[in-house]
Amino acid sequence: MAEVYDILIIGGGPAGLSCAIYGSRSKLKTLVLESSRKLGGQVADYHEMENYPGVVDTTAPELVDSFEEHAKKFGAEFARGEVAELELDGFIKKVRTEKGEEYQAKSIVIATGAEPRKLGAKGEDEFRGKGVSYCATCDADFYVDLDVVVVGNGNSAIEEAIYLTKFARKVTIIVIHEEGKMDAEKLFQERAYANDKIEFVWNSTLEEVKGEGIVDTAVLKNVKTGELTEFDCDGIFIFVGRVPSTDFLEDTEVDLNEQGYIITNDEMQTSVQGVYAAGDVRDKPVRQVVTAAGDGATAAVMSQSYLEAEEHWRENVLKTDKQVVVAFWNPTDNDSLDTLQTIEKLGVEEDDNKKLVKIDTYRNTLITERYKVTEIPTILLIEEGEVVERLTKPAAEDLEEVLS
Amino acid sequence: MLELNKDNFEEEVLESEGIVVVDFWSESCDPCLELMPEIENLAEKYEGQAKFAKLNIKGNRRLAMSQQVMGLPSIVIYQDGEKQEHLSGEDLEASEVDEAVANYV
Repeated sequence: MAEVYDILIIGGGPAGLSCAIYGSRSKLKTLVLESSRKLGGQVADYHEMENYPGVVDTTAPELVDSFEEHAKKFGAEFARGEVAELELDGFIKKVRTEKGEEYQAKSIVIATGAEPRKLGAKGEDEFRGKGVSYCATCDADFYVDLDVVVVGNGNSAIEEAIYLTKFARKVTIIVIHEEGKMDAEKLFQERAYANDKIEFVWNSTLEEVKGEGIVDTAVLKNVKTGELTEFDCDGIFIFVGRVPSTDFLEDTEVDLNEQGYIITNDEMQTSVQGVYAAGDVRDKPVRQVVTAAGDGATAAVMSQSYLEAEEHWRENVLKTDKQVVVAFWNPTDNDSLDTLQTIEKLGVEEDDNKKLVKIDTYRNTLITERYKVTEIPTILLIEEGEVVERLTKPAAEDLEEVLS
Repeated sequence: MLELNKDNFEEEVLESEGIVVVDFWSESCDPCLELMPEIENLAEKYEGQAKFAKLNIKGNRRLAMSQQVMGLPSIVIYQDGEKQEHLSGEDLEASEVDEAVANYV
């Protein structure tokens, strides 16, 4: 039989690697499945990294290399593959890649992140590799002393525009908003205004890319007047936001929001039990390396507590011939302590046909919620996996009646 | 894989008969560096059927642009000196290059 992983992480960016660090350090059998040649996700394409707490002087590639080293140190395994299909019902889940490899895992963490959004301008695809680019570090070398256009006004667009001024003669940023308004944070805006190689065209978007073999003209459209102007340039860099990489979830029960981001609760739990999401792929307000890493840690810890609760339940309650007396209790609740005492007095633990399982409702929310226990103490009698008797806040006589 | 530059490009690519596959790359292009070993594998696979070569755009920028290459990684396939196909993008996979080359050999 194929190996069964405790946690299978789809995606090796900061969220996935952080999850792998936490998972493998907790001795869980952890696999990271990454679709591209290199780990790091979107960070692998960045250069500067100024706001990862505690790491003052680093670059994005360096930071992500140390994430990888850190995960490997605790024994996380890595494999390459693009997920084609998921089977998420049942305790053991299956992941199949496009090349046909199959992996099995008890919990899944989806950390597939997001990818640059295409603008959809005319000529955008045709001129890819011929002057239209989505990666400044890859292509900046071509533009030494040339003129480039950057489309977009978020953090990435402005950071990349500033980076490109180290190469290009002039960088013109095309901003869809009115003059003086950008989505990027203030710090980047100020740096851009202070850079004499940067110019702005406001109220505008890229309508069309033109050229003979390679790009020579950006056709800009004024969004207020509809007017089109031809703008001479040698390259066009497009940074107009991102879209979540969740296409492979289409045929699953994992709930997505309207934009395709995965909906989770505060514990990174998706709509499918045992399936978690972490990082940029999740529906949330802030998408930063540090928040992705935080998500990854939360997902690993929550998936571990899910595994412990689920495996304990299967082992002790579902896989036995005996009648199981499940006592939902909490150490801070006196009534539940009294009830446990009564059960012990009735000799349940000495009875060969009975078995006592205590569930601390504070620690084991999984089983507590599954059996809709809202008051403690609650006692369930379970035979062959089925509840045959349910007692809420039972009196000693009631317990005596059903247990002896 | 053959190293191309301004001096030998004409002879090795444009005046060469048969199939030539040129990998345009640079040191600062991470996806290029990751792709390179896989392209080298393809060079072995197609040995005798296609000539594989690489061009570092550092110092050869104008030459690359003359071939209408302005983005990395770029793989351009030539047949009898005529440009046939230009594959590009940071998510370019060796398998896509393999499929494209297979159409010409």
